[in-house]
Amino acid sequence: MEKPKISVHKFSSCDGCQVQILSLEEELLQLADRVDIAFFAEATSRMNPGPYDVSFVEGSVSTPHEIERIQHVRDISKVVVSIGACGQSGGLQALRNWGDLTYYLNDFYTEPEHIDALPQSTAFHDHIDVDWEVPGCPPDQGQLKYVINSLLSGAKPNLPSEAVCLQCKRDGNVCVLVSQEQPCMGPITRTGCGALCPHQERDCYGCFGPQGGGNIDALGRRFNGAGLTPTDVVSRLRLIYSWAEPFREASRRWEQGAQGAPLPPQPHKHGGMRS
Amino acid sequence: MDTAFMPKEGLDDLIRQLADSGYRVFGPTVRAGAVVFDRVDSAAQLPVGLASVQEPGRYRLEESGNRRFFDFVNGHESLKRFTFASQEKLWSFSADGTFQSGLSESPRTAVIGARACDIAGMKVQDRTFLKGKHSPHTDPYYADRRRNLFVVAVNCTVCVSTCFCASQNAGPMAEDGFDISLTELEDGFVVETGSAAGEAIAAKLDLIPPKGARERAEESIKACAQAQVRYIDNDGIYELLFNNLEHPRWDDVAERCLSCANCVMVCPTCFCHREVEVPSMDGTGSDHVRQWDACFTLEHGSTHGRHLRPEVRQRYRQWLTHKVGAWWEQFETSGCVGCGRCITWCPTGIDLTEEIAAIRDQPGEKAS
Repeated sequence: MEKPKISVHKFSSCDGCQVQILSLEEELLQLADRVDIAFFAEATSRMNPGPYDVSFVEGSVSTPHEIERIQHVRDISKVVVSIGACGQSGGLQALRNWGDLTYYLNDFYTEPEHIDALPQSTAFHDHIDVDWEVPGCPPDQGQLKYVINSLLSGAKPNLPSEAVCLQCKRDGNVCVLVSQEQPCMGPITRTGCGALCPHQERDCYGCFGPQGGGNIDALGRRFNGAGLTPTDVVSRLRLIYSWAEPFREASRRWEQGAQGAPLPPQPHKHGGMRS
Repeated sequence: MDTAFMPKEGLDDLIRQLADSGYRVFGPTVRAGAVVFDRVDSAAQLPVGLASVQEPGRYRLEESGNRRFFDFVNGHESLKRFTFASQEKLWSFSADGTFQSGLSESPRTAVIGARACDIAGMKVQDRTFLKGKHSPHTDPYYADRRRNLFVVAVNCTVCVSTCFCASQNAGPMAEDGFDISLTELEDGFVVETGSAAGEAIAAKLDLIPPKGARERAEESIKACAQAQVRYIDNDGIYELLFNNLEHPRWDDVAERCLSCANCVMVCPTCFCHREVEVPSMDGTGSDHVRQWDACFTLEHGSTHGRHLRPEVRQRYRQWLTHKVGAWWEQFETSGCVGCGRCITWCPTGIDLTEEIAAIRDQPGEKAS
């Protein structure tokens, strides 16, 4: 049986997602036995034009040329897997979406006429149908392996959209929000990283994007309760996944001010307490 | 064995005797500003002189002003992690057709510092995982760890504001379910045994007659129960909740609920889990892995590509109505043992005793 043809394509990014694949090292060699790595510029100068069975795409769509490229990749690939935060949301560079591109071009570049950028940095799913998305900045190697091996086995990969908190508790981490008032984004952030920052007793900063069913305004109110201002809450939401819809819309609400009273409420008497 | 007394220094001896008898010994230790269970080999590693201050959404350790070991009351971990593993391989499967069970004899494990509510929680989970009136099957992974667990209970003489075990008939004194139980007094511990294994360990300790210590211990435990401020009125609670599924309070709590599942994760009785297939890199097989799951995740309530409980309101309602309501129908007990962890460790401080009382206060209200 012919080996499946795999390709990896870079768009506007830091290349970190590709490095996550490259640094699988020995496991990458195991993978190379099972597939034909036909196009992977970061890894090999061999560049077969396609078509491909599975194409991994990373980075955001940031230039007119990249719109054409991602459409071409879609046309020549059976399955398209977006990997990383940029591909899923526009990434860190989507911070420019909150400002004015002409200002950046004219104030930071001596010859802006050489730059052909779109006004906004956007996700692949804004331009093409994406079959699977692997979140994270960078994506987790365990999740990458799981997705690759599931697809090769003919199984649908199922990446949970739940909060980081579940993994923290499975791992026995102490909640740094409850015990130390650190403004941890874990309750509204998607799992997959292995709760890396809380393992180091640090607050999560949301680099896997919004969890599937979180309540962002309630966490903003909790951050208020921990002493953060509404402006601070906006800053927490506008980082790596600022352009993912839940964070984007919530940050717009918090620009208008707090979305309710601070949480938790002050200790108070209630009907479930003896008088 | 009759009730006995062990001077303070005896705690070190207890840890040593357990280790010498082949147990991995876990006890309360401090990490990241809270008490967690970790491996211990001496009493010096325990949180001596510390008390926890717990309020909804808040946990702090402070100096207790004395030299007692167990005034911290509890941290976020119960006995659950020792019996129902948070993640484990159930089996593996190879493409050549071989099937291999992931079951192996678990190490003998002793846990020092289980509270009455923790033991009550374990007994509630037994109804889920062990064959009996409420379950047609025994989960061998759970049963194996349960069998190899040695419980050193500590009766509570101090409680925090979030404790309400007395209202759930789950404490503060452990009646059974332990191998050895301790009640801490200023000068030492009142010691009782609850099993043959406990007797065997106790026989190796330097114990003396309790004189009046037992009575003093009972007084302290009773005072602890009386000091508890929160409670659940369990009278007719199933009907109360299921007759009020459209109560506006569910909308109110949904505004505060993060849907982060911390309440589920810290609950000693929550047993939901999911199983995932993890294929190997060389394509020759896969591991079948079980993990703690929660009714607060979208995936948990999804089938055939549809979310059954898309709103936070529905997920919180699912959790609470099951925990303190439908549990009675399913297991003939409440799913709540009053440990208060879901109150303390909810980042936004949602207090189930308050939510239940709010519905009881104005039952029959319909959402507009």
